[in-house]
Amino acid sequence: MSERIADWTKGEQAITYQTCDSCGHVQYFYRAFCAACGASDPREQRASGKGRVYATSLVCRAATPETRAHVPYNILLVDCDEGFRMMAHGETNLAIGDEIDASFKPFAGKLVPFFSKRK
Amino acid sequence: MSFITGVGLTPFGRHEGSSSLDLMSKAAQAALDDAGLKRDEIDGILCGYSTVSPHIMLATVFAEHFGIRPSYAHAVQVGGATGLAMTMLAHHLVEAGVCRNVLVVAGENRLTGQSRDASIQALAQVGHPDYEVPLGPTIPAYYGLVANRYMHEYGVTEEDLAEFAVLMRAHACTHPGAQFHDPITVANVMASKPVAMPLKLLDCCPVSDGGAAFVISRERTGEAGVRIRGCAQAHTHQHVTAAPALSELGAEISIARAREATGLALSDVRYAAIYDSFTITLAMLLEDLGLAGRGEAAVRVRSGHFSRDGAMPLNTHGGLLSYGHCGVGGAMAHLVEAHLQMTGRAANRQVLDASIALLHGDGGVLSSHVSMFLERVR
Repeated sequence: MSERIADWTKGEQAITYQTCDSCGHVQYFYRAFCAACGASDPREQRASGKGRVYATSLVCRAATPETRAHVPYNILLVDCDEGFRMMAHGETNLAIGDEIDASFKPFAGKLVPFFSKRK
Repeated sequence: MSFITGVGLTPFGRHEGSSSLDLMSKAAQAALDDAGLKRDEIDGILCGYSTVSPHIMLATVFAEHFGIRPSYAHAVQVGGATGLAMTMLAHHLVEAGVCRNVLVVAGENRLTGQSRDASIQALAQVGHPDYEVPLGPTIPAYYGLVANRYMHEYGVTEEDLAEFAVLMRAHACTHPGAQFHDPITVANVMASKPVAMPLKLLDCCPVSDGGAAFVISRERTGEAGVRIRGCAQAHTHQHVTAAPALSELGAEISIARAREATGLALSDVRYAAIYDSFTITLAMLLEDLGLAGRGEAAVRVRSGHFSRDGAMPLNTHGGLLSYGHCGVGGAMAHLVEAHLQMTGRAANRQVLDASIALLHGDGGVLSSHVSMFLERVR
C-alpha cells in the first residue's frame, strides 16, 4: 500500500482525493480500496481546490464552546472540479453554483478548508 | 402475518427525575396493558438506544429491570428510523415463528438527563469523524444543507417550510401529551432564532423526555386488529457528503419496495405517519414518497389536505416537531397515533377513515429509510 499524502484532516494545507485505476471511480473519504469496485490502492492525489457550491448552511447555533466562538460560520458542500464532493467552510455570501477556490483558516483548533468566490 | 396488539406512549416534555429505564418501563407497561398481555407472554424484546445512558446490552438491561426473560432480545440502532426498523424486524420474527409476542420499546430522558449542548453534540456525531465533524456542523446544519439545495432545485421557500411547523403545532394543540400547546403562525416561525439557515428554531424538533412501546404479535389479542401489511428499507449513505442526488434518495426506493411487497398503491392510503425531525424532512419525505408532487407539499398543507379533516391526515399527534422528540421513542409516537386512529381511539383527534396507514422513518441525514403499510382488519 502506498504512503498517504497528508491533507487538512492531518494538519496539512491540502485537500486530497482518490481515483480508482480499475473503474475510474473518484472518492473523497480515504480508503485502502475503491468503494465502487473493491480494487485495492486507488491512486491518491492533491486536489486543485477549485469547485462549485452545491449547498450552504449558515450555522448560528453551535454546540461546543470552541465552535461557538466562530458563529455564524457557513458550512458548504462543494462539488470539486476533480469530481468529488466535500464539506468545508466558506464566505457567507456564497450561493449555489458559485465558482469557488479553497484556502485554509483556523477553526476550533484546526486548519479547515475555506472557500471564497473566484475573482 | 403479524398484528400490532398494543401500544403505549408517555407524554413528551419534561419528566424530571425519570431515567431512560423508567420511561421505557412506563411505555412498556402501557403497551402490555393495551394488548392485554402479561410479562410471561412476551418472548421477544427489541429496544432502541439511549444517548443519555448508553449501554452495550440495553435490551437485557431493560428485560431484567422490567422483569422479562425473553427467548430473543437485542437493541437496534438506525437513528430516527430505529422504531420502524424494530417493528419491521418484529414483524419478520413473528412471521418466521421465532417469537409469539415481541415488545418493541424505547425511552429517554434526553431533555432533563443531559444539557442541550450535550444532546446536540452527541447527535452531530452521525457526521464523518475526520471529514465533517471537525467543521463544527450540527444536525440542523446537515439538514440545513439539504434544505438549501432542495429549495433551490424545487422552488420551495422558507415560508413554505414554516407551514409544516404550523400544521404540526395545530395538531399538537389537540393532544394532551404533546410538549407544546401554544398555536404558532408562519410569521412566528420566520421570526424564530436562526439555528442553521435556512432552518430556524421552529423548523427544528425539540429535545424531549418520553417513551413509547408496542407489542407485535402472531395473533390478535383483542377486537382491535391492526395488521402489518408489509414494509421495506433503503440505505443509500451515512454522511451527507456522500448522499446521492435529491432525486435518488432512499425514501423513494423504500416506498417502491414496500408497495411491491404489499401490492398497495398510494391511492389506498388514508392516514400518513411521516418522520418530521425538521420541516424540510417532512416536506421532502412527503414529496419523495409521492404524497405530494415536487415542491407542492406546502400548497397541500395550506389547502388543508394534511389536516385532521383533510384527505390525508398527517401526524395528528403533532409529530416530532410539536409532540416532541425523545430519540428513538420520538418517531414511535407516530405509530402509536396511527394505531389509535386505526382502532377508533383517537378521541377529539379521530379521523374519519384510517383503514390503511403509511408510515415512514428516516435516520441519519436521509440515510436510512423504512416504509411500512398498516391495515385495519375487522
